[in-house]
Amino acid sequence: MKKTLQRNKALFIGLTVLLALAASAFEKPAVRLQSTQNVGPRDVEPQTETGVVRDYIEAWRTMDRAFSENNTRLLDADFTGLAKEKLASTIKDQAKLGLRTTYQDRKHDISFLFYSPEGMSLQLVDNVEYDVQIIDHDKVQATQHVSTRYIAVLTPTEVRWKVRIFQTAQ
Amino acid sequence: MRAPAFTLATALLLSSCLGLAAAQDISLHAPASVQAGDAVSIQTGGSGKAVLYIVGPGQVVRRDIQLGETISLEAGEMHDAGHYIVALAGSSSTQTADLVVTSATEPTKVNFLAKPSRLAVDRKNAISGVAYVFDAFGNLVLRPTKVSFDLSENGSATRSEEATSHNGVAWVRLDSAQKAGRADFEVRAGNVSVKRIVQQVPGEPCTLHMNARAVGDRVELQTDPLRDCAGNPVPDGTIVTFKETYGGDETTVDVPLKRGIAQTSVPMRQGANISVATGVVIGNEIRWSGR
Repeated sequence: MKKTLQRNKALFIGLTVLLALAASAFEKPAVRLQSTQNVGPRDVEPQTETGVVRDYIEAWRTMDRAFSENNTRLLDADFTGLAKEKLASTIKDQAKLGLRTTYQDRKHDISFLFYSPEGMSLQLVDNVEYDVQIIDHDKVQATQHVSTRYIAVLTPTEVRWKVRIFQTAQ
Repeated sequence: MRAPAFTLATALLLSSCLGLAAAQDISLHAPASVQAGDAVSIQTGGSGKAVLYIVGPGQVVRRDIQLGETISLEAGEMHDAGHYIVALAGSSSTQTADLVVTSATEPTKVNFLAKPSRLAVDRKNAISGVAYVFDAFGNLVLRPTKVSFDLSENGSATRSEEATSHNGVAWVRLDSAQKAGRADFEVRAGNVSVKRIVQQVPGEPCTLHMNARAVGDRVELQTDPLRDCAGNPVPDGTIVTFKETYGGDETTVDVPLKRGIAQTSVPMRQGANISVATGVVIGNEIRWSGR
């Protein structure tokens, strides 16, 4: 009877840990956008502001999935140009090495820097926090919390904004 | 019963101490920051085999190493500006460090967007140029860089402006020229230059005037040569609309400009009103009262 209780207790703790892990995996990152009033030379309309932030955050989610599944095709939806080429190249390299990585974003503090006169590109800086996990042949080798600044340039496409340049700004 | 439990506890304690000792055996010293394209040297300490990982969205490296070695990455190997995790995984523990690769400072590529490619002459701040400055590895050059923009017609620099890039981007707004024609819009950063063509076309006609004369039973209408307000001839093909109103009837004729003028004929009717217009410009009106 005592053994059964202990086993149930262990099972309960195990499940709780699993649920907590699953919940954290689906946790949405905290997103904060600084005022866009002094961004120029073109004014940022509220609709543009919402669209850019939504699509940029979605791009992070896509990047995480693409890197954790080693699937370059996933990048098509949210990345274009140089950013897509570079990320796809890294994914191909890590697949060859038997690696997978995860980029779980936790916090974004975004400021718009530049919106081009014709509205063809928007540059932003993001003080971002994320967790990186390195998985080598299905074995987690390292997990690290990162706090850094990213610079991204997004360009409008038919239906959404896509990330064209994606780079750390130190 | 207690003896085996004590032995187990001792074994666990011993193994955890040994594990700690093993963990302490591994050491990792990576530079905090390097410039893209520079060689990187990473020192490791300890004994035995391990795997070194350098991981970031822009690049990934994996190497089987012998602990105690200094790992050298050759010049050009770490080329993508970004934040990297350096992880050294031994048999019992892992050490991590952060490595930031910054962009190089010399511009070697410029992405230049000039808009619009075709516009009317004499427009204030109507031409915009946006330049993104990159290093040899396709990283944005984040250090402020001087960027010059030149707009020239027939080889002579007529408008020139210098800007300093912020976070890799520089931009200007320029007026279009008084004279119609092809203009070269060139951007230069360091030793790199990129050229775009901007076609400057005449604006709307400044004035529109027509003359009328009787020919047989018709009235022949002809405009004066059409020019914009800067004196550029309005391009052939521009549509000019002649309208004759008589009683309740209306006759409209659309004529394309040929050699700068538009001409047509309408039926001769005493008391008819004849007007002319093109685009948003309205010309003179004639009330036909005889020959």
